[in-house]
Amino acid sequence: MYRYDEFDKAFVAARVAEFSDQVTRRLAGEMTEEEFMPLRLRNGVYLQLHAYMLRVAIPYGTLSSRQLRKLAHIARRYDRGYGHFTTRQNIQFNWPRLVDIPEILEELSEVEMHAIQTSGNCIRNVTSDHFAGAAADEFADPRPYAEILRQWSSLHPEFSYLPRKFKIAVVGARIDRAAIQVHDIGLWLKRDSSGKLGFAFYVGGGQGRTPMVARLLRDFVPEEDLLSYTTAIIRIYNLYGRRDNKYKARIKILIHETGLEKLREEIEAEFAILKTGELKLPQADIDAINAYFHTPDLADRPEWHHNLDWLRSDDPAFDRWVNRNVASHRHPDYGIVTISLKPTGGVPGDATSVQMDVVADLAERYSKDELRVSYHQNLVLPHVALGDLKVIYDTLLATGLASANIGLISDIIACPGLDYCTLANARSISVAQQISARFSSHDRQMQVGEIQLNISGCINACGHHHVGHIGILGVEKKGSELYQLTLGGNAGNNCAIGEITGRGFSSDEIVDAVETVINTYLSVRESNKESFISTYRRVGMALFRQALYDVTGRAV
Amino acid sequence: MSLKILTASRLTDGHPVWYCTDGGWSKEFSNAAVADTSLACLLFERVAKQAIEKNEIVDATLVDVETRDGRLVALRLRERIRANGPTITSYAQNQSI
Ligand code: SF4
Repeated sequence: MYRYDEFDKAFVAARVAEFSDQVTRRLAGEMTEEEFMPLRLRNGVYLQLHAYMLRVAIPYGTLSSRQLRKLAHIARRYDRGYGHFTTRQNIQFNWPRLVDIPEILEELSEVEMHAIQTSGNCIRNVTSDHFAGAAADEFADPRPYAEILRQWSSLHPEFSYLPRKFKIAVVGARIDRAAIQVHDIGLWLKRDSSGKLGFAFYVGGGQGRTPMVARLLRDFVPEEDLLSYTTAIIRIYNLYGRRDNKYKARIKILIHETGLEKLREEIEAEFAILKTGELKLPQADIDAINAYFHTPDLADRPEWHHNLDWLRSDDPAFDRWVNRNVASHRHPDYGIVTISLKPTGGVPGDATSVQMDVVADLAERYSKDELRVSYHQNLVLPHVALGDLKVIYDTLLATGLASANIGLISDIIACPGLDYCTLANARSISVAQQISARFSSHDRQMQVGEIQLNISGCINACGHHHVGHIGILGVEKKGSELYQLTLGGNAGNNCAIGEITGRGFSSDEIVDAVETVINTYLSVRESNKESFISTYRRVGMALFRQALYDVTGRAV
Repeated sequence: MSLKILTASRLTDGHPVWYCTDGGWSKEFSNAAVADTSLACLLFERVAKQAIEKNEIVDATLVDVETRDGRLVALRLRERIRANGPTITSYAQNQSI
């Protein structure tokens, strides 16, 4: 893992001192809320419905055990004993007191963490593949490049007041597990015909009010030009992006209004100037960062394959968990374990201090001290010997973390919604809880198969509803919650924005509507090998609409 | 006019507070003082301004309420959730999960 150098340490320490002073002055009445608000937001502090909320950055979703233990400690000491992992691979604390936040930031800095650039119109935390450095289908680890981008974008003077927030995601495997095409810039690491590493640059993706799938800007940018090309894009965006209307300020709108070709010309012209300058990455620098991310030594442990088969046949619940929650590792004797934070009736993405401590211990003992947070709001142990799976499973079972539901209908992505968020129109969590309770039978979930269900409590789409196979968006109508349903969205490879089914559903109707969609799918799929999204693509919306509404357009 | 109460978030911890009859701010929604005239609303606005200036509270707003069975209830769900906290635990309990 990356370790802070002297520069990182100094800059985080300076920021903690600066913000502590600002909090003290605010509490002493030397600053008004208007003056203070932009300062607190620059440090990840929001004011939500019930309390302040602190959003802590987890760069590209990678954590050490020590860091997770610190997050557990913060939740226990300064909050209400739990934290919420978000769709941006960050963690949010829902109940800190303003007066405690300087101390929390001080504690975070002890483990090389902070809350800088988790809010505001700057380059946000760079996200990445949660299986990076471990996945069997990976051609290069994206995290070193995410780290290079993190260093470059931290407190970047030119880009600290962009027209709007700016999100970058990087992947380096055959499967895009970071939804790069719904980011302002999506980077896909690849090799050209000579074997040289570089990036396909996608630009202008995003969700929110105007969802768009990113367009391919350039098929191959050599790795040494990563920062020059990224700078060229953001510089052009900073120049032309609209500042008069925040709903039209993202780069996706600029591309939509100006046209990709014209912008490409300008970006390429800017790149031609920057290309040979100081932003060019020397190979030695790339190698130095890469060294932090080398795969840990994984001893061969082939003897366990047989034992694992035996253990699986002996314990059906364990077998189900291995089947759903363990993915292929590039080393055949190892697996990647996804720890579901989606128990039946639970809050997607929430983990208690006790659970975080348990997971940190497991990572330390069994996963080379490494952990990941996925944008699906789960935790990942990236390097687990197959022989250790049973002891890990038993430990997770004892702490309520053994749900065997990764990629199934109860593995719901949901934003905090109206239970916490000041911008929300409707609740997300309660809908997620009801759906997971409705589909709590594992057999039924397996019958439905691979599916992604996403819920957002407002059009800002933090719950990625636009790219859920089934998406649910909460709106407010005449003082009540109303839920719009979308179908056919998809994140990752073959990215697509879902289509709205029609009139929305009340909070009493929405779970039934989801069940109707599922039953319709089950009745028209060609076989149990045809997934929900494949079936939807084959048959289209009409059948689902028919099942959901009567001829007058009312919900049935 | 509809009944109104005055709410805000407390500066130190962001906790929702309601302006109450004794002239202070309470963490209990049920203690909220009710304005039923436009003059009373004006008074609430003045109170809010002063409390903001004294750095006791932030984000003060007037909220529509009604009385149901002799109890005050906010019209918007958002305000009811602010008053009663996240709805999450209660759901989990209902489901016995
Ligand atoms: S989608 Fe809306 S309700 Fe949900 S967290 Fe984002 S801003 Fe809040």
